[in-house]
Amino acid sequence: MKQIVIISGKGGTGKTVITGAFAALAKNKVMVDCDVDAADLHLLLQPNIKERHEFKSGLTAIIDKKNCQQCGKCIVACRFNAINQDFVIDPISCEGCAFCTYICPVQAIKMNENLAGEWFISETRFGPMVHAKLGIAEENSGKLVALVRKKAKEIAEENNCDWVIIDGAPGIGCPVIASLSGIDCALVITEPTLSGLHDAIRVIDVAKHFGVPVKLVVNKYDLNTGMSEKIEQYCNKNGISLIGKIGFDKSVVEAMVEGKTILEYKDTKIKEEVIKIWEML
Amino acid sequence: MIISVASGKGGTGKTTVAVNLALSLSNVQFLDCDVEEPNAHIFLKPYIKEQKKGYIPVPEIDESRCNYCGKCAQVCVYNAIAILPSQNGKKGTTLVFAHLCHGCGACSALCPEKAIKEVKREIGIVELGNCGKIEFIHGKLNIGEAMSPPLIRQVKEHINPKKTVIIDAPPGTSCPVVTSVKGSDYSILVTEPTPFGLNDLILAVEVLRKLKIPFGVVINRADLGNNKTDEYCKQESIPVLMRIPFKREIAMAYSKGEPIVKAFPEYKKDFAILYKRIAERIK
Repeated sequence: MKQIVIISGKGGTGKTVITGAFAALAKNKVMVDCDVDAADLHLLLQPNIKERHEFKSGLTAIIDKKNCQQCGKCIVACRFNAINQDFVIDPISCEGCAFCTYICPVQAIKMNENLAGEWFISETRFGPMVHAKLGIAEENSGKLVALVRKKAKEIAEENNCDWVIIDGAPGIGCPVIASLSGIDCALVITEPTLSGLHDAIRVIDVAKHFGVPVKLVVNKYDLNTGMSEKIEQYCNKNGISLIGKIGFDKSVVEAMVEGKTILEYKDTKIKEEVIKIWEML
Repeated sequence: MIISVASGKGGTGKTTVAVNLALSLSNVQFLDCDVEEPNAHIFLKPYIKEQKKGYIPVPEIDESRCNYCGKCAQVCVYNAIAILPSQNGKKGTTLVFAHLCHGCGACSALCPEKAIKEVKREIGIVELGNCGKIEFIHGKLNIGEAMSPPLIRQVKEHINPKKTVIIDAPPGTSCPVVTSVKGSDYSILVTEPTPFGLNDLILAVEVLRKLKIPFGVVINRADLGNNKTDEYCKQESIPVLMRIPFKREIAMAYSKGEPIVKAFPEYKKDFAILYKRIAERIK
């Protein structure tokens, strides 16, 4: 079984559209959406949720107004400015460190566990899918990613699957790092823009830092062919295998509007390009 | 006035809106808070005058004072400290996992032996400079670093409330976004009229409502996709502040790191109108 993750650094380069296409192409696999902050893969795969689980993670402090002496020690101690002058804790700023509970001379502060999101095991027209929804403005996205991946791997092992295909998050921080552990190949999707290249280089460095092999795809390459060449040169120079280029095509949005992967939509050139990329993997 | 530019979905045009708005106004301070993937510098090409290292305080245990009581490990909710107690006359062991530490300071303050001091662990860099009259600040998170909020806070320490402050936020809906937009007088949500754009716009709207920050929407590539985004904004009484069409020329300028208002100066007035609309709404 091989685990691949689709990442990009920069957002909006086409991770989810390409992951959706892989769902239609790959046989015997589990699909995973690890962009738990702003998940979109479900809009293409339209999962039928079979199991729904709570994701409890992290703590939030709460002050018992009756016992509080308003001494102010907690306000001084809190590094996250989560306690205001009226001794009310802002749950969004609170990082759950519990320092205040130890500092409070009258034990007026308690910690409560957060319901930080939900995760799901679903069935789609392309097979099983594991995905999640982080609560609004919640923390611990990395832990939720790790949990979703663990479940997906279990399902893949039980069913002797060949692939675990993971849609990653943008950026280079905790959800991305959590989506890279134990991965056989990170497929980086970029676009022919200075921002796209800049961000791809940073996420490639992160993958290398964790010892994950990287392959690259340039999406919408014909929006600036000169820039696409520069990306190609960068790959040649740095020993990164550029396994495909996909053209800009408005039918990508049309397919998305219909809730279809590009493989199920019109016969287009980009369809062939994506099939080629999948074969290269 | 502090205006932040956020989106939920990545790649909708946050940086484009933030940069072009900044270039269309006077007395501006620009903060790129997308410290994982900062891009505004590609367009603004600032002259960097100063670099400051970004730090997070982490514990360092003085083994000559430590009696391995384990209090620090017990109070650390992030499991960043492990203590193996002394046994059969053999000295104990202390382990600090600095990358798990959130820098809350509980361990050092609560150590009964005063054996823990905090040392600075570098997590990135904050750069300060200017682009013409625009004051520019951004942060860059080090490769392999998971936690961006401490660095975002360090970028925001430089906010000058006497200026029009424009904050370019990261994508998503979790802690890096919250840390970036918190304290804004107004937020612009940039979206595209596609199912992905709308799905993530709805999530971003929930974040801003939770934070009680007033906001409006800019629809980028407004002629692609469908009209569901407009319907949603109408239904939720969210103002649509501006529409930017999809044009290959704009995409081309973007790809080369050229701001729209430089490539097509006629857009400058549209961004000035965007600002005027926001200023009226804050009043």
